[in-house]
Amino acid sequence: MGYSKAERSVLTVLCVLALVLFLSRPAGAMHIMEGYLPPQYCVAWGVVCLPFLVLGVMSLRRTLKENRRLLILLAMSGAFIFVISSLKIPTFFGSSSHMTGTGLAAILFGVTSTSILGMIVLIFQAVMLAHGGITTLGANTFSMAIAGPMVAWFLFKAGNKLKVNRMVTIFIAAMFGDLFTYCVTSVQLALAYPSQVGGVAASAIKFLAVYAPTQVPLAIVEGILTVLIIMGLESISSGELAGLSSPKSAEPSADISFKKGKMEGENDESNN
Amino acid sequence: MMKVIIKSRTTTVVILLMLALALSLAPLFVLKGAEFGGSDEAGSQMVEQVTGGQYQPWAKPVMETIIGGKLSPEMETLFFCLQTGIGVGILAFCFGYLVARKKYAGGGAERNRINP
Repeated sequence: MGYSKAERSVLTVLCVLALVLFLSRPAGAMHIMEGYLPPQYCVAWGVVCLPFLVLGVMSLRRTLKENRRLLILLAMSGAFIFVISSLKIPTFFGSSSHMTGTGLAAILFGVTSTSILGMIVLIFQAVMLAHGGITTLGANTFSMAIAGPMVAWFLFKAGNKLKVNRMVTIFIAAMFGDLFTYCVTSVQLALAYPSQVGGVAASAIKFLAVYAPTQVPLAIVEGILTVLIIMGLESISSGELAGLSSPKSAEPSADISFKKGKMEGENDESNN
Repeated sequence: MMKVIIKSRTTTVVILLMLALALSLAPLFVLKGAEFGGSDEAGSQMVEQVTGGQYQPWAKPVMETIIGGKLSPEMETLFFCLQTGIGVGILAFCFGYLVARKKYAGGGAERNRINP
């Protein structure tokens, strides 16, 4: 019901992909490990992240300046990433991995703000744990805190426009945001390590095979958890969420913050 | 907007929670004796496979450099727990704050938002 034709086809492709890949090689992974990306790529991905991070700082400052009360939602979004990305979860493929948790922040605060929250978590994991790394921080930030959230944010907007049930929209947004993170990680590795036979594409498929089977069930769990936390927030912090639940809210500041991302001009549309 | 009006919020929450738990814990019982390994290692092994040969990482994790060796699994658990703890702490504090605010504010404006 809630799925559009395009979404349904994406879902089908992913299911087939997951099944095929499952037969080839079960394993799970998350971030690119320290030292596993050639220096020039580390720098390149870091540079790509920079504009997002700078925009993120500006966006966060503006959000908090306009409405101090949103700090609590921001803290919760960040904390959600902390919790979700620290839990390694087993899957039916005999491997384990963890989720990203960035969908919630992307839906509430937009992509650029999320990039900051995500990077904080990545730095924590890179320094305290041998998980991810400082040299690969740029690449990991791009996949987990920018690319994934971008998909989540876009799907959330699209779902809202198409008047899909909001919980279904949130579920889909968070789920595909998580999945896309791993697609990007695979491509990042493939770009750095093209296969001798098939080049970047063949290599990308190989890396996807490592990530996809583990990540599909986890993405579903992440979708469910994101829906749950938003349901919880709705019942107790509707003031802050006003922009999210109804565009005609009496809280314009919350509305603006919700639109953060980069679509400043879109405000007019949703206020009609 | 809400075409599918869910009968009871509580039921939905319980069902969703159970679903999430089932999805994440069932593999433990279905695949007995599986290692559930993987994480970063698998991706790194793939790098070796694709490049055909031993890949030499050119940087070592910060923590390993500081302590001059691998972080033991127990210590790794400690830091993972620390991360979870920080997150859960903030989440719990904020949820507690919001719930109390709603309760003592008398509800008023905060109510009537869901399924208007």
